[in-house]
Amino acid sequence: MLRYTLLRLLGAIPTLLLVIVLAFLMVHAAPGGPFDDERALPAEVAEKIEEAYHLDEPLPQQFMRYLSGLVRGDLGPSYGYRDRTVDEVIGFGFPVSLQLGALAMLLALVVGVGCGTVAALRQDSLLDRAVMAFAMTGISIPVFVVAPVLVLLLAVKLQWLPAGWSGETGAARYFLPVITLALPQIAYIARLTRASMIDVLSSDFIRTARAQGLGTKAIIRHHALKPAMLPVLSYMGPAIAAILTGSVVVEEVFGIPGLGQFFVRAALNRDYTLVLGIVIFYAALIILLNLIVDILYGVIDPRVRQR
Amino acid sequence: MKKSGAILLAILLLAIVGPWLSPNDYLTTNFDGILKPPGLSGAHLFGTDDLGRDLFVRTMLGIRVTLLVAVVASLVSLVIGVTYGAVAGYVGGRVDAVMMRFVDTLYALPFIFLVILLMVAFERNFLLIFVAIGAINWLDMARIVRGQTISLREREFVDAARLVGVSTAGIIFRHIAPNLLGIVVVYVTLTIPQAILVESFLSFLGLGIQEPQTSLGALVDAGVNQMEGASWTLLIPATLLALILLCFNFLGDALRDFFDARRAP
Repeated sequence: MLRYTLLRLLGAIPTLLLVIVLAFLMVHAAPGGPFDDERALPAEVAEKIEEAYHLDEPLPQQFMRYLSGLVRGDLGPSYGYRDRTVDEVIGFGFPVSLQLGALAMLLALVVGVGCGTVAALRQDSLLDRAVMAFAMTGISIPVFVVAPVLVLLLAVKLQWLPAGWSGETGAARYFLPVITLALPQIAYIARLTRASMIDVLSSDFIRTARAQGLGTKAIIRHHALKPAMLPVLSYMGPAIAAILTGSVVVEEVFGIPGLGQFFVRAALNRDYTLVLGIVIFYAALIILLNLIVDILYGVIDPRVRQR
Repeated sequence: MKKSGAILLAILLLAIVGPWLSPNDYLTTNFDGILKPPGLSGAHLFGTDDLGRDLFVRTMLGIRVTLLVAVVASLVSLVIGVTYGAVAGYVGGRVDAVMMRFVDTLYALPFIFLVILLMVAFERNFLLIFVAIGAINWLDMARIVRGQTISLREREFVDAARLVGVSTAGIIFRHIAPNLLGIVVVYVTLTIPQAILVESFLSFLGLGIQEPQTSLGALVDAGVNQMEGASWTLLIPATLLALILLCFNFLGDALRDFFDARRAP
C-alpha cells in the first residue's frame, strides 16, 4: 500500500510541472505586455514597472524566480489589483467556492447514488426510464443554461428564492447555486450507479446472498453497494474538475464573490499573474484530489494495488 | 435515434436557409425597436435584442457558428487522435508505452483552464478556438483508436500487406485507418457536443466568439443580462442550445450501442 501511494505521488509531480510550464509559457508568449494601455507610458515609467515586476530578466530566470516563489506558496503580485497579492485573492475567494463545491458534491453523491440504485432495482420500469431521461437531460444541458433559466423561473417569476448572493443571508441563497452545480453531477452519478448496480446485482455472490434468504435492503446495504460504488469513486476526479469549471459560471451568474468570479474578471481584464496563479492553484487542487481518489481506490479495491 | 437525427437536420436546414429568407440582417441596429417581443411585426420572429437587432437572424447565425466551430474542432481532434492512436497501437512496444503515458499525463491536466489562459494571452480568433477545442478532445479518440488498432494489427490482411512490402505509414493509413471508420464516426458524434460545450462556455464568459459575430453561448450570455424584462432573449437560444446538445448525445449513444455491442446496456 505504501509503495502504491508513493508511486501515485511521484506520478502527480510531472503533471503539475507540465501545467506550470505550459501556463507560464502561454502567459509570457502573449503578444504585448500586461501594462500596455491605450495610452503609451513614458519610456522611463515603463522601464521602472518592468524592473519592479522583473519583466526585464530573461525568460528562464523569470521562470526560476516564479517557481521558487511557488515552492514557498507565493504566487506573486496581481497586476490588476495593484495593492493585493495573488495569494490574498485566492485566500479571499476560495473558501466561498469550497463551501459551494463541497455542498454540491455531497448533494450529487446522495441523490445520484439514490436515484441510480432505485432505477437499477426496477430496471425498465417507468421510474427507471424517468430517471434515465432526467439523467440524459442533466448531462446534455450546460450549467450556464440551467443557472439563468432557474433564476428566471424560481427567482424572477415565482420569487420563491433569492436570485443573487450579496445582500442575502441565511441558507436560502445557497439553494439555487448548489442545485445548479450539482445537477449535471447527479445525472452522471445516477447513470454510473445504475449501470454498475445492474452489473453487480447479476453476479454470483448476490445470487448466493439471495438464496440464503436475505432481503433486498440487506443485500444492497451489505453486499452490492460497495462494489457498485467503484466506478462512481473513479468518476470523482472528473466530477471535481467539472464542479470547479461549473463554479466559474455559477459564481458569475449569481454574483457570488468566489474564486471563479475573480478568475473570470481577471481573464477579461488580462490580469496575467492572477489568471496564471489561479490556473496553477486549480490544477494543483485537481491533481491533489485525483491523487486522494486514486489512493482511496487502492484502499477499497486491493486488486488495483497489484498493478 | 431517427428523431434526434431529424431534429438536428431540421435545425441545420433552418440555420442555413433562415437568414436568407428573412428581410433582416444580423448587424443593423434599430434604437426605435429595442427588445421587441417575438412576433410578426417587422418580421422579428424571435424579437429584437437591446440594440434592436433581429434575434431570429442572430440566432440562426449563432447556430451556424456554434455548429461550424464544433464540427471543425472535432475534425481537428479526429485527425490528431486517429494518427496518434493508430501509430501507438501499430508500432507497439516501448513507443506505445511512452505515447500512452503521455496521454495519461495530459488527461490529468485541467484543460479548460489552460484554454481560458490561451484565450486571455492571445487575440481571441476563430482559429485559436478550433485548435484549443481540438487539443482537448483528441485524447479519448487516441485511446479508442489505439485499442482498435492493436486488435487489427494481428489480422491476416495486415500481414499480407507487410509481406508485399507496404511501408508502415502505408499500412497505418491505407489498411488500418479505413477499418476504424465505424468506431471513429461514433466518437465524432460524441465529440461534437463536447466541442459545442467548450465553445459556448468560452463565449458565455466573453472569451470566445466576439461581437458583432455571435454563437449560441454568446446569445445566452446576452440573454442573461436582459432576462428580467425580456425573457425571450434568454429562453430562445438556451432552448435551442439544449435541444442541439441533447440530440447529439442521444444520437451518439444510440450509434455507440449499435456499433459496439459490448458497451450496450
